[in-house]
Amino acid sequence: MTHLSTSDEGADHGEQTERRWAAVAVAILVLLVVMATFAALYHGAMPQSRVETADPRTLHLGGEFIESNLGSALEPDGTVTVRFIGQQYSFTPSCILVPTDTPVTFRVTSADVVHGFLIDGTNINLMLVPGYISSLGARFETPGERLMPCHEFCSVGHEGMWGRIKIIDKAAFSRMAAERRRLSCVE
Amino acid sequence: MWNSRRLVLAHLWFAFASFGAALPLGEWQMFIRSPLHPWISDPEWYYRSVTAHGTTMAYVFPTLVAMGFGYFVTEQALRRPMVGLRWAWLGFALVVVGTIAAIVPVALGRASVLYTFYPPLIGHPSYYIGIVLVVVGSWVWVALMSINMYRWKRDNPGAPVPFPMFATVAGSYLWAWTAVGAALELLFQIIPVALGLRDTIDAGLARVFFSWTLHAIVYFWLMPAYIAYYTIVPRAIGGRLFSDTMGRIAFILFLVVAMPIGIHHAFEDPQIGSGFKYLHSVVTAVVALPTVLTVFTICASVEIAGRLRGGKGVLGWLAALPWRNPVMLGAALSFVMLGFGGAGGLINMSYQLNATVHNTQWITGHFHLIFAGAIVIMYFVIAYDIWPHLTGRTLDSFGLMRAQLWTWFIGMIVLTFPWHWVGILGMPRRMAFYDYTDPAIAPQALSVTMSVIGGAILVISGVLFFIVLVRGQTTLRTEPAVYRFSVAVRPPRTLPAALNGFGLWLGLMVALTIVNYGFPIAHSLATPGTAVPAVKVGERW
Repeated sequence: MTHLSTSDEGADHGEQTERRWAAVAVAILVLLVVMATFAALYHGAMPQSRVETADPRTLHLGGEFIESNLGSALEPDGTVTVRFIGQQYSFTPSCILVPTDTPVTFRVTSADVVHGFLIDGTNINLMLVPGYISSLGARFETPGERLMPCHEFCSVGHEGMWGRIKIIDKAAFSRMAAERRRLSCVE
Repeated sequence: MWNSRRLVLAHLWFAFASFGAALPLGEWQMFIRSPLHPWISDPEWYYRSVTAHGTTMAYVFPTLVAMGFGYFVTEQALRRPMVGLRWAWLGFALVVVGTIAAIVPVALGRASVLYTFYPPLIGHPSYYIGIVLVVVGSWVWVALMSINMYRWKRDNPGAPVPFPMFATVAGSYLWAWTAVGAALELLFQIIPVALGLRDTIDAGLARVFFSWTLHAIVYFWLMPAYIAYYTIVPRAIGGRLFSDTMGRIAFILFLVVAMPIGIHHAFEDPQIGSGFKYLHSVVTAVVALPTVLTVFTICASVEIAGRLRGGKGVLGWLAALPWRNPVMLGAALSFVMLGFGGAGGLINMSYQLNATVHNTQWITGHFHLIFAGAIVIMYFVIAYDIWPHLTGRTLDSFGLMRAQLWTWFIGMIVLTFPWHWVGILGMPRRMAFYDYTDPAIAPQALSVTMSVIGGAILVISGVLFFIVLVRGQTTLRTEPAVYRFSVAVRPPRTLPAALNGFGLWLGLMVALTIVNYGFPIAHSLATPGTAVPAVKVGERW
């Protein structure tokens, strides 16, 4: 490939290889960017797009994060909106109930410091920053129960901040939603 | 000529001493949160340790290595006494005072906010002021690098700036500009609140500012390692630097594109719209380029050495390499870790895949593999290579050096591979303990235990490193030969101004920052109602 040569021929050969290497590297990077762009535009796979705010000092007084509005709501269009709050050191509600095979929108905020959550075995992953509303669309295929830890350091009780999410059959969820405005699996 | 010897030695000793103090903390954390230890009764100690480990390893250790090595390069590459020695000692004093000011409140449990600050959590003001002092001390170094290069250019009109100096100055400018993000966050947001002048803070804006620093700081850590790849490795193994020009282009690319891409750390954040997240994702892909170019140039340079040593054929030159030379060994092990870490990095920067690993143990594994692995192993190599020129004594424990480098590599692999794995399983970061009896978490127990073993190997390797250096204080005094850096296959006689200075590139760096950060910052500032109450930590009541 490369040769130490006092003649320019060897060095030129090396430079040619170098240019080819750079071209391949650029091509790979372009391919990665094109794939990401395609997935974002065609599959809508992209991070949260809109910036929305919520004042952590007045969450409990009114607006969509008032206590009686937390939990899962079946919307008139058949989708489900899940609203919950992270605070030191728990989620409210601490057990989220969602149906299978239904578009689910998470709307979450923090009442104090920075938190975050992920749902085990999925790519659902959001930061919660006080002052802002985090939102994400998701769809669950298989019923079951999964862990939902806080994944951002939120001070000394962080290790105890684990929520759960229970995914139940769509029909069972609809029956429960007919009886109660907001659903969760906190007993 | 050689009058910064004590200065360099002071920087490196303080750097490695801080590293030696922070290393066992890391292993203690691995042990505490593993299934080998019952739940710690006061988790605050765990976060106190994480804060101390992170602050020391991220802000103090690499900054001092970059500064000390930079002063070394200045005199050895420019071949004349350094200008501003007194200022350099002042910078060093600021770093030392800042380190103490920051670490004392951490040790007392008054600033357990982790090195990433996380407002609206607010710790003791001395912690933040200490970090500002460390940064200001390093800015003295940035100014001295610049002044020394420009004085040399003034005295040598038209001559190419020696490549080691060119690369060092690029690294210093990169740091000067990337530190501005965290400096804005500290000076205008956090410190006023910590001092009690204000009681609310915009946590979202603070995260934007911090992301400005958070990514490029890794490239600042990387700079001494990359400078060593280009300017030490080929010389130490008897080869030539394949291309001086390509090296300059790589460092220029780092300077321009490494900086304004930090929002890929905030893909899952609510305070930034998807447009800028996408933009940062794309520009992050570009920053892979200088690394890919570096891999080519260094492999080609090493191949030259192998062929000069009689290696033949497609792979025969590999066998001909001086594998018993610690510089060769360290660089090769560094490249392996850089390869794995870089592949992980491509996943982190991905607009979509990031969501799978964001804030899991994968991330901790990733940056330990890149920084503590690929980069820090080169800090060891740099120390081994330049130490005799600092102490005037031979450093000849080659067997111990090889054992140290191998144990560092093996320890880092055993530490970080299981860490990546549990991250994929969804294990969150920065927790003082886990409930391994939970059936969903139980499968992670074995991997966490393996990481404890990896950490123990790293502690042993750290001890070996200090044994090598201490033994180097007792060997015979010698007057080492003049220090040499690698020579290029075709050393440049003249260079275009763009490859011999930074004016154009600094302009581009600032412009790209304004494009990539101007709107997110302005938008955060303009959005009403985003200031939230501060939450003080460490106050006993």
